[in-house]
Amino acid sequence: MNRTKGDEEEYWNSSKFKAFTFDDEDDELSQLKESKRAVNSLRDFVDDDDDDDDLERVSWSGEPVGSISWSIKETASNSGSNHEREQLKNRNSFSSYAQLPKPASTYSLSSFFRGRTRPGSFQSLSDALSDTSAKSYAPELGRPKGEYRDYSNDWSPSDTVRRLRKGKVCSLERFRSLQDKLQLLEEAVSMHDGNVITAVLIFLKRTLSKEILFRELEVRQVALRHLIHFLKEIGDQKLLLDLFRFLDRTEELALTHYREHLNIQDPEKRKEFLKTCIGLPFSAEDSAHIQDHYTLLERQIIIEANDRHLESAGQTEIFRKHPRKASILNMPLVTTLFYSCFYHYTEAEGTFSSPVNLKKTFKIPEKQYVLTALAARAKLRAWHDVDALFTTKNWLGYTKKRAPIGFHRVVEILHKNSAPVQILQEYVNLVEDVDTKLNLATKFKCHDVVIDTCRDLKDRQQLLVYRSKVDKGSAEEEKIDAILNSSQIRWKN
Amino acid sequence: MAAHLSYGRVNLNVLREAVRRELREFLDKCAGSKAIVWDEYLTGPFGLIAQYSLLKEHEVEKMFTLKGSRLPAADVKNIIFVVRPRLELMDIISENVLSEDRRGPARDFHILFVPRRSLLCEQRLKDLGVLGSFIHREEYSLDLIPFDGDLLSMESEGAFKECYLESDQTSLYHAAKGLMTLQALYGTIPQIFGKGECARQVANMMIRMKREFTGSQNSIFPVFDNLLLLDRNVDLLTPLATQLTYEGLIDEIYGIQNSYVKLPPEKFAPKKQGDGGKDLPTEAKKLQLNSAEELYAEIRDKNFNAVGSVLSKKAKVISAAFEERHNAKTVGEIKQFVSQLPHMQAARGSLANHTSIAELIKDVTTSEDFFDKLTVEQEFMSGIDTDKVSSYIEDCTAQKHPLIKVLRLVCLQSVCNSGLKQKVLDYYKREILQTYGYEHILTLYNLEKAGLLKPQTGGRNTYPTVRKTLRLWMDDVNEQNPTDISYVYSGYAPLSVRLAQLLSRPGWRSIEEVLRILPGPHFEERQPLPTGLQKKRQPGENRVTLIFFLGGVTFAEIAALRFLSQLEDGGTEYVIATTKLINGASWIESLMEKPF
Repeated sequence: MNRTKGDEEEYWNSSKFKAFTFDDEDDELSQLKESKRAVNSLRDFVDDDDDDDDLERVSWSGEPVGSISWSIKETASNSGSNHEREQLKNRNSFSSYAQLPKPASTYSLSSFFRGRTRPGSFQSLSDALSDTSAKSYAPELGRPKGEYRDYSNDWSPSDTVRRLRKGKVCSLERFRSLQDKLQLLEEAVSMHDGNVITAVLIFLKRTLSKEILFRELEVRQVALRHLIHFLKEIGDQKLLLDLFRFLDRTEELALTHYREHLNIQDPEKRKEFLKTCIGLPFSAEDSAHIQDHYTLLERQIIIEANDRHLESAGQTEIFRKHPRKASILNMPLVTTLFYSCFYHYTEAEGTFSSPVNLKKTFKIPEKQYVLTALAARAKLRAWHDVDALFTTKNWLGYTKKRAPIGFHRVVEILHKNSAPVQILQEYVNLVEDVDTKLNLATKFKCHDVVIDTCRDLKDRQQLLVYRSKVDKGSAEEEKIDAILNSSQIRWKN
Repeated sequence: MAAHLSYGRVNLNVLREAVRRELREFLDKCAGSKAIVWDEYLTGPFGLIAQYSLLKEHEVEKMFTLKGSRLPAADVKNIIFVVRPRLELMDIISENVLSEDRRGPARDFHILFVPRRSLLCEQRLKDLGVLGSFIHREEYSLDLIPFDGDLLSMESEGAFKECYLESDQTSLYHAAKGLMTLQALYGTIPQIFGKGECARQVANMMIRMKREFTGSQNSIFPVFDNLLLLDRNVDLLTPLATQLTYEGLIDEIYGIQNSYVKLPPEKFAPKKQGDGGKDLPTEAKKLQLNSAEELYAEIRDKNFNAVGSVLSKKAKVISAAFEERHNAKTVGEIKQFVSQLPHMQAARGSLANHTSIAELIKDVTTSEDFFDKLTVEQEFMSGIDTDKVSSYIEDCTAQKHPLIKVLRLVCLQSVCNSGLKQKVLDYYKREILQTYGYEHILTLYNLEKAGLLKPQTGGRNTYPTVRKTLRLWMDDVNEQNPTDISYVYSGYAPLSVRLAQLLSRPGWRSIEEVLRILPGPHFEERQPLPTGLQKKRQPGENRVTLIFFLGGVTFAEIAALRFLSQLEDGGTEYVIATTKLINGASWIESLMEKPF
């Protein structure tokens, strides 16, 4: 979309993109201040001690006294403060529960489902045998293990699934033929109950060969997805990989394999594992990233060993002055580049830890490189390096300042690293857009830049405004006065 | 305690009472003194339905969080584990049980699965040799938890990932179960509408479950007129954008968990004379946020830009009310004033809290970066510059802003462009992997699989058609006195809510073309009612629609639906249900790969 400058202006000022402020003509904060004031003034005569008496009593952490999470803390420690226990006692005597009128309804969820008689078609042996009294879902509870058996041996697949659904343990072992097993599975799937589907899948997984299980699930997508989810949950990585291989889902296969590395803590082992991921059928883009991941860790292991040695030897100034905060292992690429710009900036391209080498190996874009190097060198207050980063020589030997990331960002980064005003000023001056330059200069108090820019713009009004902001009797004020009194300038206002 | 649940059109306290009763029944099954060992994740959701006092009445004497090795000492007869059906928790439970067995006096172990028993977990307990140790192994069907008078959530973290990445239907099954429970309490819902693959599945499950229960007719007069099932992947855009309502922003910045928020304590330090500012609390300030608090109910759904003026008006009202004390001359008047004092103090406390929160949020929303981010989001959503690399996103990676923020923006751009140009996508991917680590290939793959981040295929960008037909971008948005749902994102009208709005009037037939562009089938089912239960609507009476977001809903969408409910001539009031309350960050995070 092409927007002309005018459009842009209008667009920025149009109401829909309005800055997010309290919409009021008054000072933007006035309303909040007002309510704050009102609130505060009320404190004076309202006794603070019985604060919130009519509200629910709340301990400082805000947990209502008597709430479950509060009580866990309370009952778990016998050494809980007396005061709090006192509160609890008070609270319980007129507990919220007691205050509530007793419920008029006697609804209970289970009663809805329990009391129903089933339609004739479902009147099967199973119903007659079990559930004679509607006492609970799980009549077998409390019985010793030996009794976890069925009363009867000839439940149909649908009866069995229905029993499973009600949470009854029933043996699936008597479904021996493949046909029975598949019917059982289909019955479970048609009920949509993931719990039951999984139970049947566990049974099939145990009693069917891998090949048959995979073949049958391939044509039963819902059950297949449950199996994949289940294998992920129990962490059966091997079977999962076999399954993806069988289904020819190559990208998932590759990613599932790759995912394993997250669980490997030892860097050397992790590196070796990543090596096995190279060449797996990732998408073309991802393949390159996986290769980079391996290369990066390989580098980091070398750098880490080397630097740890240097640091403990105590001979290298940079490590003495700026001890490392953490190991570089498993850090992202950009972080590694920062590290290398910080500790190994001047190294020749041939070493693994040199920034230039990293840049080349990982094809780091120029912008990214400059940003990272700038941040690292600015942090070390190596202004000379910063200067060099933006200085280019043309073929005539003239030097010129150039920043692929834009000088406004250079200024922001320098300021973040608390660069002195002289340095900031130099780069603010290089910002091309005059408005941005003025804004930055004002923001970072580069007085000279502001004053000179106003002079160049012949903007007397703005200069007058700025004069009121600088310190009385300061050099800046003098400079402004000198300019304002100058007869050389033709002010535009 | 939970009175706010009954303020709405549908009394959700009925559901709360039902689940509370179920809990008491279970506790009474385990006779004698008890200790409960909690799956920590569950304490939040349970806190919304029961207080410790309820448990104590049923002889619960100790409570612990589930941790490895031994249980803390407790002189009780029963030990009850309350857990989600997850394998890793079974391992911890068996450790607890085995070490307890060695310790001495036998006790009774029980296990309560929430919301469903799992044969897989029981198998694991069996393998670990402890299954026989449990006397009661039951399930507690806490599918839908009432959060507010018009809001229910399953708080199932993994639901989106399971449904849209793994195509595992378990959470859909739970959703269907939850809907059956609701129908048992509030009557059969005569009409079901839906859009999306998962919506279709849930409707199928409901119809099947109903068939199995036809033995007894539900004789409850239906409270809901319609059910609308919506797949989250029909509208992937909305959660990616930054919510701009008060509640939405609290959630974006601090994260609301089970209706509680933790805030930096400095702004909430009690100001007492002589304290001199020492002893600043270091623990986060925790506040509950729901409609039980009058002021919060009023401002939660407003655009943040409209919150300041409400707070300042409230401040004046409260000041005036306190000033009344000077006019109270007679004993009767003073008595009258004093009797109102508790209420006034509560209002003051509430105002103080929200003034502080608003200040905290304002610090963020007035920052330069927030403005820049919002600008880019709004450009994308209104269709500007979606087909090239955004320099703002570039800046974010260069400055190593949080990865989730970057992913959220890249996904937003992709969704608003029906996929990114291959070159642009490759560029972003490279930047992300180099800056944040190569292992994020896995996360990028997940995002791609979920449709959040993808290459443009087929060449046609369908987003502009959807945007124009559904009027997703509104130029003249009124944040103070909104006339359209687009106020919740200061210009963008959430697609999901627009679909709901158009369904209620004039009906989806008017947008067939767009419905075909959006993924998944759209459908309508009727559940016939016996004549005695058929409703004869009074003229002017609003319909009640239950809208169920499969895969999550944001606070801004909830705000937009509440806005529609309150429209005078809207004709429809909404009750909202979801698998999880989400925001863009928590959503993306649920799709990220972590070590096992």
